[in-house]
Amino acid sequence: MADLLANWLGFLPPEAIGALIDLLAVLAVTVVVILCVAYATYMERKVIGFMQLRQGPNRVGFRGLLQPFADVLKLLVKEIVIPGRANRWLFLTAPVLSLVPALAAWAVVPLFPGFAVADLNAGLLYLLAMTSLGIYGIILAGWASNSKYALLGAMRSAAQMVAYEIAMGFALVGVLMAAGSLNLGVIVEKQAGGVANWFILPLLPLFLVYFISGVAETNRAPFDVAEGESEIVAGFHVEYGGATFAMFFLAEYANMILIATLTAVLFLGGWESPFAGLVGRQWAVVGILAAPGLFWLAAKTFLFLFVFLWLRATFPRYRYDQIMRLGWKVFIPVTLVWIGVEAVMSVLQVGPFK
Amino acid sequence: MQQLPEIFPLILFYGWSGILIAAAVGVITARNPVHSVLLLVLCFVISAAIWLLLRAEFLAVALVLVYVGAVMVLLLFVVMMLDINVERMREGLTRYAPLGVVVGLLLAAQLSSVWWLRQSGLEIAAPEDSLVFEQGNTQALGTLLYTEHLYAFEIAGYILLLAIVGAITLTLRRRRGLRVQKVSEQVAVRPANRVRLVRMPAEKDE
Repeated sequence: MADLLANWLGFLPPEAIGALIDLLAVLAVTVVVILCVAYATYMERKVIGFMQLRQGPNRVGFRGLLQPFADVLKLLVKEIVIPGRANRWLFLTAPVLSLVPALAAWAVVPLFPGFAVADLNAGLLYLLAMTSLGIYGIILAGWASNSKYALLGAMRSAAQMVAYEIAMGFALVGVLMAAGSLNLGVIVEKQAGGVANWFILPLLPLFLVYFISGVAETNRAPFDVAEGESEIVAGFHVEYGGATFAMFFLAEYANMILIATLTAVLFLGGWESPFAGLVGRQWAVVGILAAPGLFWLAAKTFLFLFVFLWLRATFPRYRYDQIMRLGWKVFIPVTLVWIGVEAVMSVLQVGPFK
Repeated sequence: MQQLPEIFPLILFYGWSGILIAAAVGVITARNPVHSVLLLVLCFVISAAIWLLLRAEFLAVALVLVYVGAVMVLLLFVVMMLDINVERMREGLTRYAPLGVVVGLLLAAQLSSVWWLRQSGLEIAAPEDSLVFEQGNTQALGTLLYTEHLYAFEIAGYILLLAIVGAITLTLRRRRGLRVQKVSEQVAVRPANRVRLVRMPAEKDE
């Protein structure tokens, strides 16, 4: 693909061709992520609908498959109302600030063997940095709206994100200790060779902490006190409508898919096949199952995405003090203990951390 | 990474530096304290970008992660909660101006000393083909920190730990008579503790 493009554009200087190919990769990943977001909303409504013995959307298109596009169209043509005495400039910047990091984080995610938009050496650090930036959009939205509900939602959400970010960071420390690298591609390659080599078993506590923190970090149910419909209407984005609301919505779902993908990449071997050790790759028909590829990553991501929705349909909302307790007093100690255990085991050369 | 034309990094450097200086001026002249904090965030992000030009990827990402992602969020929080009277803050300007000038001069002297050292032929930045760039900035820094500078690193760690403990002891206050929920008790509760099922003879119609 890249060679083909280089042939077509032979008249350009080599630097320009490189930049153009990078740009196309960025565009491709962004468009795919946004499409995934559109269908994640459809999936959410369908899955929760079935769990609650309803049909979910089924009017627009075949079985409601065009519903996401109808929603997007509706949101885009709606009027954007800016509340009185709101800080106009920040009010309009906040949605952008929450969307940009959510999409930028995708740059380092390895999608299939040998491909990530940017193959950074410090990829894991970059991810941590990007996910920690998303909070600005929320705080600023809450403050700039000049509304008490929005401010309360922003405060809750910010405190929650700061708390769970630490546990998440520690879980990542465990992963990088096991892999010996900050590069996400290398982390996936270390997990090659079947389920036994995935990090999910040796790092089981960190896996649980990471995924649950991820749910809290994206402000999804049961950690959605930031939106808490029954208490503060919709929290930080209560004053937003139309396209500006759509951007918050997009950011939330992009983050959700990102967390699902990252859990798959860091703990379930990303693009690696679960049958890699069991099925020979030269076998007829079933040999395909052992090959690594985007397909496996997509399947694992889908699994975690489903768990996100499952949690939402199952659990009642946490109380605020319970959220804080879980983050600070349960998750952070658990991760610290497991990092200690991991360090001792790798020094003594026992178990999986050799 | 493909070689970019020589001029490209220069354009980026001067462009970003210009934005950085403008944002820094904005931090102290903005009327709204929240705007000041946001401009400071912009300063950090641009500095990180300039560090990336020097291929100091670890420093750049760490700056964004620690300062933008954690410290500035808390600062923004505090500034939003406080009702700051900007006019009264301005009154101190003339009083603190001499101190500011001295600090500024010191910084300028430091920066010019770097320039002067480079003029005298001393190599300050690592050369392009050194180990730092070969094995990656992060790994090189880690190797140095955990071998040559281990004691300095550990002492810094202890100072930070002390600061955490200090901050907690300073702000911890125990209020008496507070009805706190004991989570372990709540979790350990069984239906039998809450509901007593009583077997009673059914009432009969008279």
